[in-house]
Amino acid sequence: MSAPVLDVRSLSVEFESTLGTVHAVRDLSFSIGEGETLALVGESGSGKSTAAMALLRLIPNPPGRISSGAVLLSGRDLMALSEADLRGVRGREMAMIFQDPMMALNPVYTIERQIGEVLRLHLGLSKSEILAEVVELLRLVGVPAPEERARQYPHNLSGGMRQRVMIAMALACRPRLLIADEPTTALDVTVQAQVLDLIHGLKEKLGMAVLLITHDLGIVAETANRVVVMYAGRKVEEGTVGEIFADPRHPYTRGLLGAAKWEEADGDLLREIPGTVPSPFEMPSGCSFAPRCAEAIPLCRGAMPELKDVAPGRQVRCFLAEGRGHG
Amino acid sequence: MRRLTTFWLRYRRNRGAVAGALALAVILALALLGPILYPTDPFDMVGRPFSLPFDRFPLGTDVAGRDILAGILNGGRVSLLIGVLASLSATIIGVALGAVAGYYGGRIDDLLMRTTEFFLCIPSFVLAVVLVAIFQPSVVTVTVAIAVVSWPSVARLARGEFIAHRDREYVQGCRAIGMPDWEIILLQIMPNALPPIIVVSSLMVATAILTESGLSFLGLGDPNLVSWGYMIGVARTVLRTAWWMAAIPGVMILLTVLAINLVGEGLNDALNPRLRKR
Repeated sequence: MSAPVLDVRSLSVEFESTLGTVHAVRDLSFSIGEGETLALVGESGSGKSTAAMALLRLIPNPPGRISSGAVLLSGRDLMALSEADLRGVRGREMAMIFQDPMMALNPVYTIERQIGEVLRLHLGLSKSEILAEVVELLRLVGVPAPEERARQYPHNLSGGMRQRVMIAMALACRPRLLIADEPTTALDVTVQAQVLDLIHGLKEKLGMAVLLITHDLGIVAETANRVVVMYAGRKVEEGTVGEIFADPRHPYTRGLLGAAKWEEADGDLLREIPGTVPSPFEMPSGCSFAPRCAEAIPLCRGAMPELKDVAPGRQVRCFLAEGRGHG
Repeated sequence: MRRLTTFWLRYRRNRGAVAGALALAVILALALLGPILYPTDPFDMVGRPFSLPFDRFPLGTDVAGRDILAGILNGGRVSLLIGVLASLSATIIGVALGAVAGYYGGRIDDLLMRTTEFFLCIPSFVLAVVLVAIFQPSVVTVTVAIAVVSWPSVARLARGEFIAHRDREYVQGCRAIGMPDWEIILLQIMPNALPPIIVVSSLMVATAILTESGLSFLGLGDPNLVSWGYMIGVARTVLRTAWWMAAIPGVMILLTVLAINLVGEGLNDALNPRLRKR
């Protein structure tokens, strides 16, 4: 593979609160190549959305702060850029789709105006060029009657249409990296598939890298090339989709897969991972997953396992997997 | 255009607001056209003092033989002008400070809000009296004084609106496409935050008129201009023998303030997002 589009190196994000410092993301590293989709998977509170926001340096400060790490977009470290230079990257080289398209559009402006905003800010197009480009973009993302839709307001559009508009907005400048933060969570199941197909098709067409943030393993299986599993702010496992689904090494990944496959399990209705993500203020001393882990051994409660390479491009953070990997 | 139509449809539902708008239109017309159609100088002694209304002069004369109708028409100009200008300046100051405080938060917010609270602690009318007394009374100083005592409430409201909007996803989205902060504040959040601010600042016009009347009643109005408060102040000493002299400008203040409040309420109904349905 050539040089990655995005290379994240030991990124850490902290939040100050009255109860103490919360380490939302710890020492997270991953990279995405051109035309590749990387899925960042984890429960709510695992730090996956925070990590995505940190890539664009959109963590509200205070209380949040990117405490360490480098984010290299095509070799350029975004953490070292000035705020003004960064604005040139946001929306142009790296774009983001948000979870809830109902909330992510400004209710007082037309669709044309909002998509046009990106074109105006980054490409400096004229009014007539903007209208033409907006219609073109809406057509690209499969919005019917784009000329008409461009003049409408967000409340005139359905949820699926709005998400298409969001995607059109994100793609306006043909970014190298698209971050999709749970792009389908707020949508109907039927619309979900359409939107995912759309993102996938556009990725192929435009050769972008995609960072897909989700908790839905069904989506991961269908759209991602590689998977990073996060738990309590840390990466616990990484591998290709095939590896993760066929041979999950971390007990947490196995738990997630087990919980996702409940339809097939006869007998038990639902296999769940017992317990919840530990409170960020009461992180266990050893492995943060140990309290919920059925396979935990005394060592797990004593120390946090290191992230170990078990094969090329394959990493696991678990004492048990190390033994198994080498044995 | 369609938005204006829906606005009017919603506004029309409140009958009091429609009556208020009509009354306000009549008062505005009187203030604007009155002095042209009835060109008597309100400071001229045109006849015998204490002449009764509907006698030689339409509304009689005051203690110095000045035409009361001329005073009402000219005074209306001053009252409305000061009311609108003071409220507008207070809104601009308040929104600017509130927007910055709410959007950025943190230390800037602390600094601006402590300043705002400092102004809120001082009784506003007393502060206005002090300001006008220090800087010779004139239309400008009276307007500035009223604006200075009125902006804090707008600032608090604007701050609240901006706090409510700054973490919304559409604002995050604007940041994510690389929009500069000033554009987000002015062009993205402002239109969403404006409706409640418009309501408050329209109601502030009424308060400003009352404050102006109070100041001129105390003799702190512009000495070269007649205002309704000044007329009440002059009539104060003869309240028991010639009550109408104070009552006429008093009723005008009452009607104007009432009309503005009704309009403000109508605006609230028409602009309040909670009542917004399409």
